[in-house]
Amino acid sequence: MNYPIRIAALAAVALFAVPAFAAAIFPIDRAHFLAGSRFDFKVEFDRIVPEQAIRITIDGVDVATAWGKKPQYVANEDGSNASSVLVRDVVVPAPGKYLVAASDGLTTQKVVWDVYATGPRRAKNVILFIGDGMSVANRTAARILSKGIKEGKYYGQLAFDDMPHMALLGTSGVDSIITDSANSMSAYTTGHKSSVNALGVYVSRAKDNLAHPKVETITELVKRRTKMAVGIVSDAEVEDATPAGMVAHTRRRADKDIITEQLFLSRADVIMGGGSAYFLPQKTPGSKRKDDNDFVDLFARDGFRIATTDAEMKAAAANPATTRLLGLFHPDNMDGALDRRFLKKGTVDKFPNQPDVADMTRAAIEILSRNKDGFVLMVEAGLIDKYNHPLDWERSVYDTIMLSNAVQVAKDWANGRNDTLIIVTPDHTHGVSVVGTVDDAKPGPEMRDKVGVYSEAGFPNYPEPDQDGYPPSVDVSRRLAMFYGNFPDYYETFRPKLDGPNVPAVSKDKLYVANEQYKDVPGAMLRTGNLPRSADTGTHTADDALLTAAGPGSEEFHGFMENVEVFRVMVDALGLGPQPAKVVGKPAKAKVPAAQ
Amino acid sequence: MIRSFDLRRRAWLRAASGLLGSATAGLRLPAFADATSALAFNEIYRSEGVLGLELSAKSKALSGKPVRMLGYMAPPLKPDVRFFVLTRAPVALCPFCNSDADWPSDIVVVYPRERSGWAQDGLPVAVTGTLELGSSVDRETGFVSLVRVADAVVVTLK
Repeated sequence: MNYPIRIAALAAVALFAVPAFAAAIFPIDRAHFLAGSRFDFKVEFDRIVPEQAIRITIDGVDVATAWGKKPQYVANEDGSNASSVLVRDVVVPAPGKYLVAASDGLTTQKVVWDVYATGPRRAKNVILFIGDGMSVANRTAARILSKGIKEGKYYGQLAFDDMPHMALLGTSGVDSIITDSANSMSAYTTGHKSSVNALGVYVSRAKDNLAHPKVETITELVKRRTKMAVGIVSDAEVEDATPAGMVAHTRRRADKDIITEQLFLSRADVIMGGGSAYFLPQKTPGSKRKDDNDFVDLFARDGFRIATTDAEMKAAAANPATTRLLGLFHPDNMDGALDRRFLKKGTVDKFPNQPDVADMTRAAIEILSRNKDGFVLMVEAGLIDKYNHPLDWERSVYDTIMLSNAVQVAKDWANGRNDTLIIVTPDHTHGVSVVGTVDDAKPGPEMRDKVGVYSEAGFPNYPEPDQDGYPPSVDVSRRLAMFYGNFPDYYETFRPKLDGPNVPAVSKDKLYVANEQYKDVPGAMLRTGNLPRSADTGTHTADDALLTAAGPGSEEFHGFMENVEVFRVMVDALGLGPQPAKVVGKPAKAKVPAAQ
Repeated sequence: MIRSFDLRRRAWLRAASGLLGSATAGLRLPAFADATSALAFNEIYRSEGVLGLELSAKSKALSGKPVRMLGYMAPPLKPDVRFFVLTRAPVALCPFCNSDADWPSDIVVVYPRERSGWAQDGLPVAVTGTLELGSSVDRETGFVSLVRVADAVVVTLK
């Protein structure tokens, strides 16, 4: 398919000299970002343009003058037939609308930036909880299982249900309506939209993953402007997209070895999660590094306490001398609540001492709150997404209950302080819905005959939850019927996967086919996928993400908002905008009224 | 359904016991076949900890010697690459194709003796060759491996 199109494109270039590249300016048109936050400015022309023909202005002022820096001119970027101009590490210090124009002598590209200030600091601390991929159905099912429901009314609410402020978030990125956890997290941590797989950068045409125009993360901003502490907690690998979004600048989230270095250089004070394999030098069996750097040793030499088990984490947190902690509890992603607490599947036999995200949250707050200047803490329940992908709803719902427990820890700590903004939000959603119940007692030869909808659904019969809110058994005779709407070929078993996390499809000659492991489960039904055969699991959706929040600044959340506004609310609550801090270059000249 | 499962299981048992049956008809067995030791995935490492894996006495003793391993052939890096990755279980994700995917920690890299004819991913295979231990970087791709089977004869089991 690609081949003839490429040939056609080349022919067009040859015959009509149509430019091979689109012109672009980064930050992009309608970027809405924080005054004083750093970024790399880049203009890409669609052809080779001699340096002397280029004129780039911000509100009519030449960029070199505005920023007091000579722009870097690249005649043939990465050997292409197109020129670029870069100015690294600049700020727009004053709020307002700015018209940016780039002319190659023939045509002019224009973008408008909307730069905002913030009010004075109102929150001492910010805790951002990410339920990765947490969809509305995850919340609903978690509430049913964890709190119980009778005659249409729940017996209780999840910890993030009763927060006073709520918003629907648009999660789409620069390149696509569908986001991934890299650019969606990057939107929260930088206030700039990005593209799939990218962290802390705008995706330009650069070939080097690390050469794309960067935008400043909240970790960098907080560390540059304040003496606050920063914590990064996840049950995924700590280099995975969401925790990486706190510190990373790369076009490819898969650069996990580089992201580990960026974590080390970030000056974050608490880092906890899985992913130890990227901390080990390549000579250590189990390492996923391609060099000899031993990051466990480097962190330790930098004054970090190191914990590899739940007990070590708790002991370190209890020690009043601990102000910095690296907790690595698994070489890969950690195991979820259903496996750790009940089924003992996944890798729980190999790693029996992994902490729970609620306990990681408690330990992180304990350590970070020793900083008198406050802290920014990000806590991710990353496995909600890791289980929604393989259509394993039970595991994703148990981890949603776990996120509720973690949020409760934060709420209990913040209760009465009125100085901590707590935000709970997915980064994107999955196509999952609660459609009724599956009742083994219903007649019928096929499992689909046992699916109850409307009045036939009734209520499930999960046992009473334990003290932490988890039903001790997920394998009950009348269970939730929860289905995914976007899936590869797979066998639907209508039952929880008690032997380990679901693997719906397996690779065969580069395409994905239904995993025959489930073919012989009684009642299993082949569902022919509605996704391309290159899809190995269910995929993210563009459905809005539901955010709830409490504490100073949370009142700014309402209605529908773009995901980048989460960053604005956080920096506004922390008063990180109009600071007289040292800025790079000279202030840009007067702002113009709405340009264009 | 059940029949095909049984057949597959039998093929595995045959390979595991060294009684290579019809699946290998026409293939020349390597000269060292008699001295070959079976090495299972769960025998490679003695322990798996957060701060690294520890090789087992058995795999250390077999270093440089002929071994036979059973596993699944993962999707190749590129069609013309010289090696493939052998995994304990079929990989749902292709780590090379999907930036969100990582290899399991206990993979084995296999360098087949024949440069072609083996690149069908997703299949269970029996691999016979020389066990190599220690960190090594593939010259063409930069792929780092810790356990390898070199000069391998690869037999598809399905």
